[in-house]
Amino acid sequence: MTSSPARPRTGAVSTVSVASAPCPVVVLDADGHVAELNAVAGTLLPTARVGRPLPSPTWLAAADRTRPVPVTGTVGDRSFSAHPSVAADGRTVWWLMEETAYRSASAELEAERARTRFLTEASSALLASLNLERCMEVTARLATEHLADAALVIAPTAARTLPVVACDQRGELTRSTVSEAPDSVPGLAEALRGFPPVPSRWIDPATAPDWLIPAGFGEVGSLVITPLPGLGVPAGALILLRRAQQDAFSEAEESLAGLFAARAGAAMSAARLYAEQNSISDTLMRELLPPTLRQTEGVEFAGGYRASKDTERVGGDFYDVHPPGEDSPETLVVLGDVAGKGLEAAVLTGKIRNTLHALLPMADDHAKMLRLVNNAMRTSHHTRFATLVVASVRREEREVALRLTSAGHPAPLIIRRDGTVEEADTGGTLIGVLPAITSRTARVRLAPGETCLLFTDGVTEARGGPLGDTMFGDQRLKRAAAECAGMPAEAVVERVQMVTSQWIGDGRHDDIAVLAITAPRGAHLSAVDGATRGRYTA
Amino acid sequence: MTARIADIDDGPGRHGVGARLCVPHDDAASAPWADKLWAAVRTGDEYAAVDVVTDALAAGLEPESVLLDVIGAVQHKVGLEWAANRMSVADEHAATAINDRIIAVLSARRPANSRGRITVACVDQEWHALPARLVSETLRLRGWRVDYLGAQVPTAHLISHIHRTGPDAVCLSSSLPTRLPLAHSAITAVQAAGTPVMAGGLAFGADGRYARLLGADAWAPDARAAADRLAAGSLTRPVPAHQAIDDLPHLGDQEYTLVARSSTRLVRDTFQRLEQHIPAMRDYGDEQRERTAEDIAHIVNFLTAALYVDSDEIFTGFLTWTAEVLTARRVPARSLLPCLDLLEEQLHDFPRARRLLDAGRTALASRP
Repeated sequence: MTSSPARPRTGAVSTVSVASAPCPVVVLDADGHVAELNAVAGTLLPTARVGRPLPSPTWLAAADRTRPVPVTGTVGDRSFSAHPSVAADGRTVWWLMEETAYRSASAELEAERARTRFLTEASSALLASLNLERCMEVTARLATEHLADAALVIAPTAARTLPVVACDQRGELTRSTVSEAPDSVPGLAEALRGFPPVPSRWIDPATAPDWLIPAGFGEVGSLVITPLPGLGVPAGALILLRRAQQDAFSEAEESLAGLFAARAGAAMSAARLYAEQNSISDTLMRELLPPTLRQTEGVEFAGGYRASKDTERVGGDFYDVHPPGEDSPETLVVLGDVAGKGLEAAVLTGKIRNTLHALLPMADDHAKMLRLVNNAMRTSHHTRFATLVVASVRREEREVALRLTSAGHPAPLIIRRDGTVEEADTGGTLIGVLPAITSRTARVRLAPGETCLLFTDGVTEARGGPLGDTMFGDQRLKRAAAECAGMPAEAVVERVQMVTSQWIGDGRHDDIAVLAITAPRGAHLSAVDGATRGRYTA
Repeated sequence: MTARIADIDDGPGRHGVGARLCVPHDDAASAPWADKLWAAVRTGDEYAAVDVVTDALAAGLEPESVLLDVIGAVQHKVGLEWAANRMSVADEHAATAINDRIIAVLSARRPANSRGRITVACVDQEWHALPARLVSETLRLRGWRVDYLGAQVPTAHLISHIHRTGPDAVCLSSSLPTRLPLAHSAITAVQAAGTPVMAGGLAFGADGRYARLLGADAWAPDARAAADRLAAGSLTRPVPAHQAIDDLPHLGDQEYTLVARSSTRLVRDTFQRLEQHIPAMRDYGDEQRERTAEDIAHIVNFLTAALYVDSDEIFTGFLTWTAEVLTARRVPARSLLPCLDLLEEQLHDFPRARRLLDAGRTALASRP
């Protein structure tokens, strides 16, 4: 016998027998009767008898024997895949490979992936908003989609009513307030208190008050109250409901609900903190924001403000319009600019505005008024200075009479009907530096349709233009003002703001304030209230 | 180029091109009132204008029709008249101010808030507030609670407002295509705050193509359509995780970034070359020279906007419209061509920009 290592082994008959196979093997004949089975298979399938049809498992007994392909199924609580090989006489040899561990691992992997997906989705959805109500809605919706048949989120509150967001079994969100004490639900008061920490609590669905159960929900099978842990503050409670025919919560599901509650609680308490901070800054800011102007005593007033930083709403520029009062027969307009930018400058504008408000009865004498402001500024601990213009405005017949005084501020522009633009002849010392100041007051009359334009140097010193880095300057402002002849006050302000903004483009800029005082074109007696027809004097 | 196309940016004309501020709904009933209001607005008579609105309401015209078919129609006409050089910029501002004031007359007619809450805002640097105002008032008349933030809202303000109020949706308005890059960042930011965005206004194209391109959740051609869409059901909440570049993969070539960054230098160089090219320019006064520079700046602005969304139409639409405006002001439109040539010389390394400039030339050449 010659031997050659190169001899092909194809066609060699295998000597492996069914009996020695390490896995269960069942041989079925063409009719589906058991032709042979090894010992392992005998243990696995105790009812199988040689010569009889295979009684179970049915997925193997029913498998195609003419053109067999691998099949899978369970035997008891174990999983197998059966791989066929075709033998002589139409017999099929089924080799059973156990997959129990593999299947449970991949099921566990899938479940873990789903949990991770859910928590990632929950995190990004919860991170998106800093609005408490939105966070409550997102929490309720996600809980209903992934954890329960319906969910309620209850926010902690000092009031007697509970803010509740519910997501029902159809996924519909409702917001409501429940005027019931938290004690009416066992464990709710503790969960809402936030401290000491309490675990999730199961309560008997029968004891749940009606407001906990969404309309049309049906019988409640299980109900759990989970506290939402906040960042040092109570964040609220999450209530999960499952229907009677659903499975109760498994341990894994409960721990998932806990992880979700931690995220939702963090988001909700961040939103609550944000809202609290906002309401504080709103309260402090309210006095610093430029006022909304309207027609007063038959004279049009309009103002526009743009802070140097787009993220801020206040800065070192300011304006006010004080209508006539008992001690001051004229309307007093103030527009000014405190050295510096941002919140710190804005705080000082608040002080100046208050001082000027208190000095309204002095408005008949601008020089005296400015002297008093100067004294007040110099004695305060602020080292900043300010420039400003004060204007006393009085309607006389169809015209408007103005007294204008500048304290180191750019002189206001007078826009005549024919498009001529004049600088008001006023000037004076800036405020807050020198012990004694001087000023010169200009008297100006506006015919109907004419405007007095007050502005800060944020307009004239704006840098930009088509070629970049050119200063806007007085001439361009005057040209823009000339185009505004005959326009209503709002239109003048809008036009000047627009031209300036376009000049600046994307560039940096200072605070910008513009205020227009306009004698109305049609002399009109009644206020425009939208309910009555206007009346005319001319 | 000797004429000012500078008003293009601030003029109302863009309202008039190709699309509508709003489509008149019931012409027969509203047209006579629109004519009366036009007459009042044209003469700058605010009180007569208020009376037209009060009378129209008293005569039984629906407030929404007064708002859109009377006031909206007049504002639309303002744009057309300006483009045809029959109205000055001042007239336009005065007319818009009057329209804005008389809208307040309708506010007394608002029903109680029964629906959700909507925020309406103009994109940063967008000054045309009236279309957004019309949307706000229409929604109010239909029972929504509306926060109207007005013209040119910095995105940071818009987002902080959303966190404070938690609106059901944001309606974002923009008239000029040059604001599209800013509009895109506003849309993405609002969506990242978990709030859906409806875009509207001419900047987004007559068919809303740029609203879709920039990933807006909805688009409406006019105020009525916006209100109808919101009434039809809430907009789907956007998926938060989203990068702006995902919408516009072509930005990967950096052409927009580079051209936008160097736009001031581009304008300056083009201006200098143009001076060498057209000897008559040396006799220009300062103001005239500045106008010319502004014109070049407009062309560059539209070119960069077109690069951002990668659309020839934005650039050619601007050029043909400008040509019309120039013709109405008796300035030959062929003055635009040398400018395109000079830009192409400087942008020869940018294939997309060159394609846009070519398309611009073709569009100008094919004008009658």
